[in-house]
Amino acid sequence: MKKTFPLFLLFIFGILGIIPFIVPHPIVQDTNNFLLNVFLKILAAFALILGLGSLLRVHMDKIKRKRQNWQYSWVLIITFIITSIIGLFGGVTGEGILPTRIGSFSFDIWTLYFNIEVPLGATMFALLAFFMASAAYRAFRARSSEATLLLVSAFIIMIGVLPLGERISHHLPSFTQWIMDVPNVAAQRGILFGVALGMLATALKIILGIERSWLGGGGGE
Amino acid sequence: MAVILLIGLIGVAPPTHVRAYDTPDDGGGSIMVEWHLSQDDAILDGYEIYRSNDGDVYEKVGFIGRNRTRYEDSNTEDGENYFYKVVALKDTLKMYSQASQPVMSSPQWFDLPKLNILIACVIFGGLILYFVYHARKGKELYIRKIAGLQAIDDAVGRATEMGKPILYTTGTGLIGDIATIASLNILGEIAKKCARYDTQLINPHLDPIVYTVAREVVKESYTQVGRPDAFDPDSVYFITDLQFAYAAAVSGIMVREKPATNFLIGWFMAESLILAETGASTGAIQIAGTDRVPQLPFFITACDYTLIGEELYAASAYISKEPLLLGAIKGEDLGKLIIGAALIAGSIIGLLTKLPILNLFK
Repeated sequence: MKKTFPLFLLFIFGILGIIPFIVPHPIVQDTNNFLLNVFLKILAAFALILGLGSLLRVHMDKIKRKRQNWQYSWVLIITFIITSIIGLFGGVTGEGILPTRIGSFSFDIWTLYFNIEVPLGATMFALLAFFMASAAYRAFRARSSEATLLLVSAFIIMIGVLPLGERISHHLPSFTQWIMDVPNVAAQRGILFGVALGMLATALKIILGIERSWLGGGGGE
Repeated sequence: MAVILLIGLIGVAPPTHVRAYDTPDDGGGSIMVEWHLSQDDAILDGYEIYRSNDGDVYEKVGFIGRNRTRYEDSNTEDGENYFYKVVALKDTLKMYSQASQPVMSSPQWFDLPKLNILIACVIFGGLILYFVYHARKGKELYIRKIAGLQAIDDAVGRATEMGKPILYTTGTGLIGDIATIASLNILGEIAKKCARYDTQLINPHLDPIVYTVAREVVKESYTQVGRPDAFDPDSVYFITDLQFAYAAAVSGIMVREKPATNFLIGWFMAESLILAETGASTGAIQIAGTDRVPQLPFFITACDYTLIGEELYAASAYISKEPLLLGAIKGEDLGKLIIGAALIAGSIIGLLTKLPILNLFK
């Protein structure tokens, strides 16, 4: 029963997920929208409570056991409490029960998001430039015939998209475009065919209960 | 000037043969209006579409530019009759067409243009089920070796010998992404190996629903191999639902905990390179896998092994060696063979139509 019931639910909801793709009738579409937009959000809200509980438990435990860098866990817990208080009393855009401002800084989630989260996210994103340089160095070392081919084609594309490429040869930009449009697209499509069939097979295996690894594997009841 | 005067005197020709019909294969609330172009189409501003419930009083419902013969009125009440007129418009000059026959919109139960997709899915699904059935009867199936999956045992063994943890991330996908589900399947198998060898598993998450499912998967895997007591509930945990905050947190874990093996398997976006490069800098063995084509070059560059596209979906079967799952892979391969044959046949036919010899058959 412990495994049969989840498998039964999965079969029903799996089939319900397929039907809206081919049935445009509002009864089916509205049910699908309810499941995706309302039901899933309720589920996510409960899962979020579990998630936050797990996050706090991990860091409390780290502080309790004085594990390596345990001090940073205090930063997380304190900012978690401050953000929660601001969110509960200041609201999302300052419409909460205790809207507070100090100068131009208003205590609400939106302000925190734009002044802290967005710049921090942008900083991480900016680091990608350095990671790309180091990855490119690694990729362009001609250690094998495939790597050499990659190096040569990348060099042609880099030169071809620059004005310098046009100066070297009038054919270089069109050759660059050909590499992008033909061998590159052909390889991508090959992968995408495999992915599409893999998705279909995985979905079928899960809906029909053949794939049970997500239940911890096995076929026990 | 003379042309404008002439138009002012004799007007413009109205559109003809106005036809309105229920938009096919939709969920209702929409009517399609078609007409033949006005003879003066070249000099028109465009066409206005008018609608009436009783055939007497018309209201404007839309405008479309010249040289167009179709308009979709997507604001109708199902089951109610409508009449349509199309007006040729030139400056302030309007010339009304004849009214269309009454028409009503209604929702359909089947989207006919998707029938081919449905048939293809049924055929490929049938193939997969056929091979699963054969596998159930005990027929032995050959599956080619996948380097990334063969390395899993070595990677787990290395972590065990070094006494270091294994980091497994399912990426930034949600539970609705098939890549995330495939990743959870692989997580189950790797968790079993970790349980057997008593290797620490670190599994941080971005999505609370994925976290909840992953926690159960890992717990069940420990139970399956008879080590429920070894399961650490804090080994699977939620971090944040923000993409770059998650990337920063996982990178931090890689640098602080120095896992012997990193599994980056699932649905990834820009954070793929941040994670893969950070992992590579710590000296860990890295096995990555995704079906996101734009992220594959980053993984191939920075990781030791990469599961490309479909290999991600085959991984669970490959690791578990369950005959039923292996049967499904065989079905997938036959599906690819059929698609490949169709592409080759289509290419040959496409090339042949360019040959002059085909003119002989005309």
